Parts: sequence; structure tokens; C-alpha cells
Amino acid sequence: MKSFDYAAPRTLDEALSLVAQNPQAQVLAGGTDLLVQLKNGRRETDLVIDLKRIAELKTIAFDPKKGLTVGAAVPCAQLCAHADLRQHYPSLAEVAGLIGGTAIQGRASLGGNLCNAAPSADSVPLMIALAAQARVAGPQGIRDVPVEDFCVAPGKNLLAPGEFLVNIFFPIPAAGFHAQYLRFTPRNEMDIAVVGVGVSTRVENGKITAARIALASVAPTPLFVKEAGDSLIGQAPTPEAIAQAASLAQAAAKPISDMRAPADYRRHLCGVLTRRALTAALAQ
Amino acid sequence: MSTPQYSLIGTRPPRHDGADKVTGRALYGADLKMSGLLHGSILRSPHAHARILSIDTSKAAAHPDCRGIVTAADFPATPERIVDLGEGETPLSYIRGNMLASGKVLYEGHAVAAVAATSAQAAAEIAKLIEMKYEPLPCVLTAPAAMAPGAPLLHPDLRCKEFGQPTTAPSNVADHFRQVMGNSEEGFAQADIVIEREFTTSTVHQGYIEPHTATALWNNDGRLLIWCATQGSFVVRDSVACMLDLPVSRVRVTPMEIGGGFGGKVPVYVEPVAALLSQKTGHPVKITMTRREVLEGSGPTPGSFIRVKIGAKKDGTLVAAQAYLAYEAGAYPGAMVSPAATCVFAAYDIPNQTIDGYDVVVNKPSTAPYRAPGATNAAFATETVLDEIAETLKLDPLDLRIRNAAKEGTRRADGAKFRRIGCLEVLETMKAHPHYSAPLGEPSHAAAQRGRGVAVGFWMNAGLPSSCTLNVHADGSVGLIEGSTDIGGSRTSIAMQAAEVLGLQSEDMRPSVVDTDTIGYTGVTGGSRTTFATGWAAHDAAQDVVRQMKERAARLWQVEEVQFANGVFTGGEHKLTFKQLAARVGEIGAPVVGRASVNPRGAGGSFAGVIVDVEVDMETGKTSIIRFTSVQDAGKAIHPSYVEGQMQGGSVQGIGWALNEEYFMSAEGRMMNASFLDYRMPTALDVPMIDTAIVEVPNPVHPYGVRGVGEANIVAPPAAIANAIHAATGHRMRHLPMNPPSVMAAILRG
Amino acid sequence: MKKVHVQLTLNGEPAEFLAEPRQTLLECLRDNLNLTGTKEGCGDGNCGSCSVLLDGQLVTSCLVLGVETDGLRVDTVEGIAKGSTLHPIQKAFIDNAALQCGICTPGFLMATKSLLEHNPNPTEPEIRLWLANNLCRCTGYDKIVRAVMIAAAEMQESAQ
Repeated sequence: MKSFDYAAPRTLDEALSLVAQNPQAQVLAGGTDLLVQLKNGRRETDLVIDLKRIAELKTIAFDPKKGLTVGAAVPCAQLCAHADLRQHYPSLAEVAGLIGGTAIQGRASLGGNLCNAAPSADSVPLMIALAAQARVAGPQGIRDVPVEDFCVAPGKNLLAPGEFLVNIFFPIPAAGFHAQYLRFTPRNEMDIAVVGVGVSTRVENGKITAARIALASVAPTPLFVKEAGDSLIGQAPTPEAIAQAASLAQAAAKPISDMRAPADYRRHLCGVLTRRALTAALAQ
Repeated sequence: MSTPQYSLIGTRPPRHDGADKVTGRALYGADLKMSGLLHGSILRSPHAHARILSIDTSKAAAHPDCRGIVTAADFPATPERIVDLGEGETPLSYIRGNMLASGKVLYEGHAVAAVAATSAQAAAEIAKLIEMKYEPLPCVLTAPAAMAPGAPLLHPDLRCKEFGQPTTAPSNVADHFRQVMGNSEEGFAQADIVIEREFTTSTVHQGYIEPHTATALWNNDGRLLIWCATQGSFVVRDSVACMLDLPVSRVRVTPMEIGGGFGGKVPVYVEPVAALLSQKTGHPVKITMTRREVLEGSGPTPGSFIRVKIGAKKDGTLVAAQAYLAYEAGAYPGAMVSPAATCVFAAYDIPNQTIDGYDVVVNKPSTAPYRAPGATNAAFATETVLDEIAETLKLDPLDLRIRNAAKEGTRRADGAKFRRIGCLEVLETMKAHPHYSAPLGEPSHAAAQRGRGVAVGFWMNAGLPSSCTLNVHADGSVGLIEGSTDIGGSRTSIAMQAAEVLGLQSEDMRPSVVDTDTIGYTGVTGGSRTTFATGWAAHDAAQDVVRQMKERAARLWQVEEVQFANGVFTGGEHKLTFKQLAARVGEIGAPVVGRASVNPRGAGGSFAGVIVDVEVDMETGKTSIIRFTSVQDAGKAIHPSYVEGQMQGGSVQGIGWALNEEYFMSAEGRMMNASFLDYRMPTALDVPMIDTAIVEVPNPVHPYGVRGVGEANIVAPPAAIANAIHAATGHRMRHLPMNPPSVMAAILRG
Repeated sequence: MKKVHVQLTLNGEPAEFLAEPRQTLLECLRDNLNLTGTKEGCGDGNCGSCSVLLDGQLVTSCLVLGVETDGLRVDTVEGIAKGSTLHPIQKAFIDNAALQCGICTPGFLMATKSLLEHNPNPTEPEIRLWLANNLCRCTGYDKIVRAVMIAAAEMQESAQ
């Protein structure tokens, strides 16, 4: 690993000015991606700015009227253990328990998972399904970005120089709302999703009134398949409706072949997992 | 034959190094500290096959933290010669070439230069400053591709040894041999059913958790001292001495605690390089590989192309068998194809056999042994074809195997005749095991299907020399000095064999694994031989102690004859326990030091079988192991917990090999999954409890009947799992790994 | 790059070291503090051999910078035993042959300690899930899982 300096600002303002002065700096949350990339040379930097000493980035706040705010650097282990989160966003607690293994979850964060912008990020499709908003701080102030717009290319996000992610906001789930993330990995843990599917559905009076579907590992970025979710709206939660949405998701997938799986297999899984995830969400 | 009664053998005392290993105190190779220690880092080839045009070290040498750089040019100038380091005859240039490439690089990860610097981080950075110029060459990655006419040649000087005779044309085939017994053509003509199938298996790695590490000090008295993680300190001594053109007496190797090996830490990699850097800098130099280096630059085990043909009568009697075994040696000759040939049909009495073996070089890392090397690939083929024969003939797969099981007197195609073996006993134990008749249970979801498979495997086990010294202390404890690296509790299984003779408890023994100056020659911890051979030496050394103690007692008591039984010496009306007599040795004469060395020829082969239940998700192709039983003939289980441990460990390695592990190579010969994230070894969540059944058919030549249990247990799992997947899905898998995409593809093909 | 002075609580005692910012906690423990019980198997968080507790949270120390630990608590394998008395987890590992080569053992011990702090009476699937971040290549996990169950039972019993 190349040598670098280290700074651990205590406040957002301090961090903003550090990031502004050092546009080439790398910001550090849990480090489970960044340190690996610094070690293997995929990233280099002269300065690492550790954001974990800033209260806003380390806080989980739940407002039963508005929703849930998760600081960008809160480790997954803390999400798994959070009572409000487990109660109101069980799928989010579940996905936090999927990223890496126990020791990785002691460090890895949703914010890091999002900023790392890997197409395979487990939490991102679910966050898209949950209609989460990413709050970004920068020299121009604060802006909120829908999570589905955050990743722009493999390993690239839309943060401008001088910006960093502060937290992620999840709206309060409405009655009849359920979300589910399913992924396929050859090993049961400690593996990268060959395909991941995040879905959310809302059922009112026997009809689906809202649905969102997003996919991991089948495109250069986590993929929001709006048309697949929309196809369910107004329908009864039948196997036929589910199959149609699954085939739309499958059609949207543009996977590649690599050491983790061949493209045709990923495409196949896309249909299977979308169907299973929707079935599970609608059965709740 | 009556079963001997033992007081200690067969019990489960705590291991002697237990406390050190649960407190972090045990010193492994990377833990070594030394004054003036420098750190080495190796620069490796990014190409699978390329000519080295130039190596410019000037920028690296100018770095303020750089203390020395070596390349292949730093090996002493010695004429080419053929050497034998226990793995067959090899040109010296091949052995050196795998340490530091000369002229060409032959695989991605091939070492080309090394740097010594003030820290490991600095060394790694400086190594990147070495400027390499390569001319990339076309590469070949599989045995069939390397054997095809016009294939790129790795070694222009390599000529195939065909049936033991040299040939003249350059080739990637280093050796082609044939074993013939009876007449397989005639045999197949008598058969009612003949099944012939082709199989391929991917390259896999042993996957030990501790990366290779060595520290070398070229001392000012001219001696070369090495501390390293190795399965065989004497192999390191002999290899390094050979490569550096030193007499063996100039090299001393101290084996540190070792973090797994499974065969992969038999060869040397970093030791000679650290030695050259130490010679150059005058400092001790430590080199520890990264995980990527381990996967790309150490020795995995061969991928293979196998064709097996078996003929049977309607009643299931096997009449003829034929095997074509083409194994990938990696960059230098030495695929484990000869043991594969020994094992491919070893479990069965088949009168007519023809076995062809090919040792083929390809542009992948030079392969190393891995737990029953060669046998797992071969058994995958044989045991799958047998399952198909049983299915076609509507026979129980175990009945088919029992009918044809090898026994005492059965001859193998390599000419050897089995002594007393436990093949039949293993098969019968499997048949009688509750698992074999238990219901499969309901699949966990609607898209899942279950199936059960069986298979059996063989490994011949090794003998090789071992030495042992016993020092009797005044308090009746005994220091046991040995040279076998302890990878899985062997200090204790060896000490127990001495303690049994002496009538002592395991905790009375003080075993130490020492350096090559301090103990007589001892072969590798490999070939399942440590408990067998070093234990045998310990047994004999203990008998030497008893002889000397009797002599001391006779002098003490002034009697002619002294008896020793159950830990008590008696002579006339005199009686002393071992400990009491040990306390009085000082007043009678010289200290008692027992010693023995052995070079046993009669290693007893071990058979091991598997019963496995799988569940296959028919929509994803993923296979889950639901229940797994490993059955193995240990001969005699000295310490049953560690015998079970070997069986369980080998089983789970076999599960990994079966389902997910592989070197995923790009067309250019780059390993695309060189990390523990993407080289998918099983975690605790991927396997169930591994049930074990130890069979004990004593090895007639060993004092306690030990056979050795380290290896045979990995042989059957992939085949058994393939048979279980067939039972669950109706599809025959003929490629390893049987990962979800390939099982799914088979299901979708219908 | 300037070295940084780090003060922390290490295995319950105050400790300090000078670290290059690029040094991982694993390197700092092994090279700067001479605590070599924590092992490196992969360097990228996938084998768990370097597992330690950071402020009570299980982490892989190869993916933590040493400088990050300033003011925090770090617990390593060297701190598990109470003086010369082994912790019940350590004893269970020895008594049940839950280690062979021993290189992964420090990581498994730390992970087990963390598990039993969170869940004193785990089921077999819960144990397997928690320990999935730790690779063992020797044992096939069977005896490790059993040792954890036995340690849990013993700790429960002695707590009563």
C-alpha cells in the first residue's frame, strides 16, 4: 500500500473543508472496500479522511412519522441489532446481515456499500426498492439524491469533488407495504451476489398499489427496473402477475460473463429470484 | 488374531501444543522476529507465457529503503545436471526456474526478481519499480490443448519419455506410461455391459490458511540458517542446498509451527530466494507471500482430462477396465499422474486393465501434491462410471462395489499385490451404517430435490525415514525429540506411541519438533506417514529406553533379569515403577537416552468411503450437502479425535472441490479469482456435521497396526456428490466443480 | 508520511504505539506491539484469522487502520485467558480437538467470544452463520461447532 496521511475530522464542517482542500483524498467509513482497493492498487491516495468520528454519520434516527435516517458510516452489525429498524424495516436488517460475514458487518456500512458503487452491492437494490434517498454534503450545501440515481458506472458514483455521503433516508412504510431482498451466491455467506433482487410491494384491498424492483449484478450499476414494478400496479398478487414482472426484470438485465458466473445463467436467475422475491414479499 | 489391549492408544488426551495454540503464543513462520531483519518481496509475471527481454533494477535499487535485489542470475553458476529431490529426476534448471524465472516466464505469478527492504510494505513497493520487458507468447492451459499438434511449447528442451524410453521430438508431454494387467480387449469382449465416459477437472488449491513464509540468514560462518513453514524440514534443507550448490551440512532448517499444508508445503518457494537476498545483504531476510501470491505462485493440484471405460457381467462382476489419464503438471513436469494410475481402479479386483498416464506441462503454476494427489480426480471418473453400471444393472451401488472389492492378494495394474487391506470392511461398514438406510427427508422447498450418493477412495500412504530420540528425565517424564512438522496433533499421536511402551501417560511426554541439526533424517509430514512412521520410530525408541532402564535396574538390584510390564520394572523381589526408576538412574549410571530410526517399506494403504445426501435447487442448480458420513480404515486409531479430524477435514475439502473450488482462468492464462472471496472454499455455513465411522483393520507391519489417515478421505467426496446429484436430478455431472451454473445447465439441457 | 501516535486500551491495559497511517491494525499489533497471536491469512477480510474486538465489535484487523483505533478498546487472542487460567472457550477448543494446524484458531476464538457475548446459547445454525467469516481448512468445522456448543453450555452453567 502506498503511504498516505490520515485525518479524522469531528464535525461535518471540518470534514467538508478537508474534502474541499484535498479533492484527491479518499473518505473512509468501514473500510472493507476502500482498504482492499488501496492494498491492491485499484485506488491510490495521499490522504485518507476517516468520517467515523462525525456524529451525523454514526447515528441511526427513527421518526415514526417520517422514517429512518441511517448515518453513512453506521456499521451493518449495528443495523442488525437496532430494534426500530428490525421492526419497521425487517428487510433492511436482513440485508445488513448479508453483507460479508460477522466481522465484515462490524465495519461495513450501507453508505460504503452505496458509495463503492459495485453492481453487485447487496444493499443497493433493496434501498432502491425502499425508495431511499441519499443525503450528500458538499461545498454547495446539502442535496438529496434518489438511491437509484447514485451509482453511475462500476465503482463510480455521482459525488462531485468535495462531496460526501452523510446519510440515507428511508420513508416510513405504509400499511400493506413489504420489501424483500434475495440474492444468489454459490456459498451461503462470504460471497458476492451472482444476482440480487430487491423488491417492494404495497397491497391494498387485494390489489397491488405500489411496487418497485431493482437488480444487482446484471448491469454496470444496480439496476432499477421501473417497468417491472409498474406492471404489477392495479393487479391482484397472482402468480401470473408475478411471472410477468419477473420476465420484465429478466428482459432488462444485461449481465456479463465473468469468474463469478456466465451471463446466461445470471439472466436465468434474474427471473427465478424476482419471482421468488415478489412471492415472498406478497405473502407477508 | 486377538485384538491387543492398550492403555493409552485409542484414548483422547489433550494435545501437547494446545495451550500455545489457543493463547496466540505458538510461533508460526511469520511471527519470527530477529535483530537486523529485512523483509523481502517477490516480483511476479503478469503473463502466462512470455520471453523475458530485460530486467532493469536500477530504479528499484536507487530507492532509499532498498537493501538488495536478486534475480535468477544470482544462483551460483553451476552446469546443468539432473537431480532427484524425492519427486523423481528433474533438471536443476527446472527446480531453480520455479524459484526465479530465467529466460521465460511460464505462468502468471511466476517469480522473476526479489527485493529486500526495511519493511514488508517498502519491499512490495520497491519490487514494483523493477522494470520488466516481456515478449508475450501464446499460452496453453489444459492437457488436451497442450498435447494437440502445433501447441505452443513451454520447454524447447523437453522430450517425452514414452514407456520409459526417451523420444526426440519436442513436446509438452513429459512422460507417457502404460500399465497393463491381463488383456483388457479380451476382458471387454466378455462383458455384458461396457460404459465409457470422459471427465474433466479444474485446477484446485490446497487452501491452507497460512501463506508460505521463510526467513533466511546467511551467517558469517558460512552457514545458511532457515526458519520456515514447511511439511518437511529435511526436504527444504536438501532442496535449498541443491539449488544453491551447498553441501547439506551448510544448511540448517528450523521448522516453525505450520498453518496447514495438505501437500502444498512440501515444495519450497521462498526459501532459496530469501537465502539469496540474505547472502546479498548480510542480513536475515523474511519473505511472506500474500494470498494472491499463494494462489498464483505456489503449487495447486493438477486439473485433468480423464477417460474411463469399465466392463461388467450382468451379475455385476467387473471384467475389464481402461483409463486414460492426462494430468496438468503446470509449468514444470511432475503432475501426480503415477499415483493417479495406482489409485484409479485400486478398490476393485478387475483382472484386465490398461492404464495410460500422461504428465503434461501447461502455462499454470507448477503443481504440488494435495491430499492423495491425483487420486481424487481419478476416483471422480471411476466411481461415477461404476454408479452408472450399478444403475443400468439395477444393482445396489454398494453391493456392486462389495462384490468386486479388492482384498488381500488382489493385484493392481502397477504390479503390486495388496497385503491385508480394509476395502471390504469399509464398504460393509457403509452398507450397515444407519445413514445408508435412513429416509432422505422432505426437500426444504418446492423446487428442491434430494438424492443420495456413495463412493469409495484409496490412497497407498507412504513410508519414508523417520527418527526419534527420547530423553528420560529424573521426574519420570520423557522428552521426545522428532522432526515431523505437527500439522494436526501429531506430536501427541507420536508421543502416545512411545508412552504406551513406557507405561506412561500422554502428559508425561514432552514432544518437541526440532531443526535438521538436532534430529536424524525425517521425511515430510505427508503421505499420511507421520503417525505411522515417526510413531513407529517413537515406539522403537521407547523400546530402546526400556532396554536401557532394565539394564540400570539390573545393576541397581544386582539381579540377572529384569521384567517390564504395565509400567513397572521387576527383578527378583524388587519392584519400581518407571518414574521411580527414572529418579534413580542418576545414581546408577549414565542418563537414559533412547533412540530409533526407521525406514518402513510397509505403509498400509487406506480406503475411505462416503455416503452423502444432497439437495439440489432445480431452479438455481445449487447443491446443498444435507448429510455426510465418512468411513475410513485407520488400521489403528491412535488418537481417535484427530483421526476423525482428518476425515472431517478431508471430507470438507472434497466438498469444496466438488461444488465450487476452481482456478478460473482467462483465455490469456490469468487467474481471475485469486482471493479467498472468489476462490470459494466452504465456510462453516456450507457444510453439515461430518459423521465419521473409523474402521480398524490393523496394518500387519506396524507395531500398533497404524495405516495413516491423512489423505484417503478426500478421494471419494466429489464422486459421491456427483452420484447424489444424479440421484436427485437425473443428471450425470462429468466436470469438476459441479457448481450451480453447470448443474443448472445440465437441468436446462434436460 | 508522518507517523501517528496512537493510544488505546489493549486487552484491558493502556497501550500506545507509533504507526504509519497506511499500517493496518493487524500490522500494528504484530509488528509495532509484538502481539503475533493475531494471524494474517488473506489480507482482505475473507478468512477471519485476524479477527479482534474493536470496542467490543468483531472486526477483521487487516481491514482497520491502526490509526483508527486511537482512544478505542482492542481485544486480541492474547487477552482471552485470565492470567494462567484458560477461558472456557480455549479449554473447549483443546479438549474437543477443535484445532489442527491452529493458524485460524485465534480468529475463531475471538469470533466465538463475540458470539457468546451476543448470544449465550446459540443453535448450530446460529453458530455456523456467525463463524462463516472465519475459514478453517483443517477441521471441516465439525469439532469447532461442537466446541462452541460445549463452551456455551459450560459458561451458562458456571454463570448460574
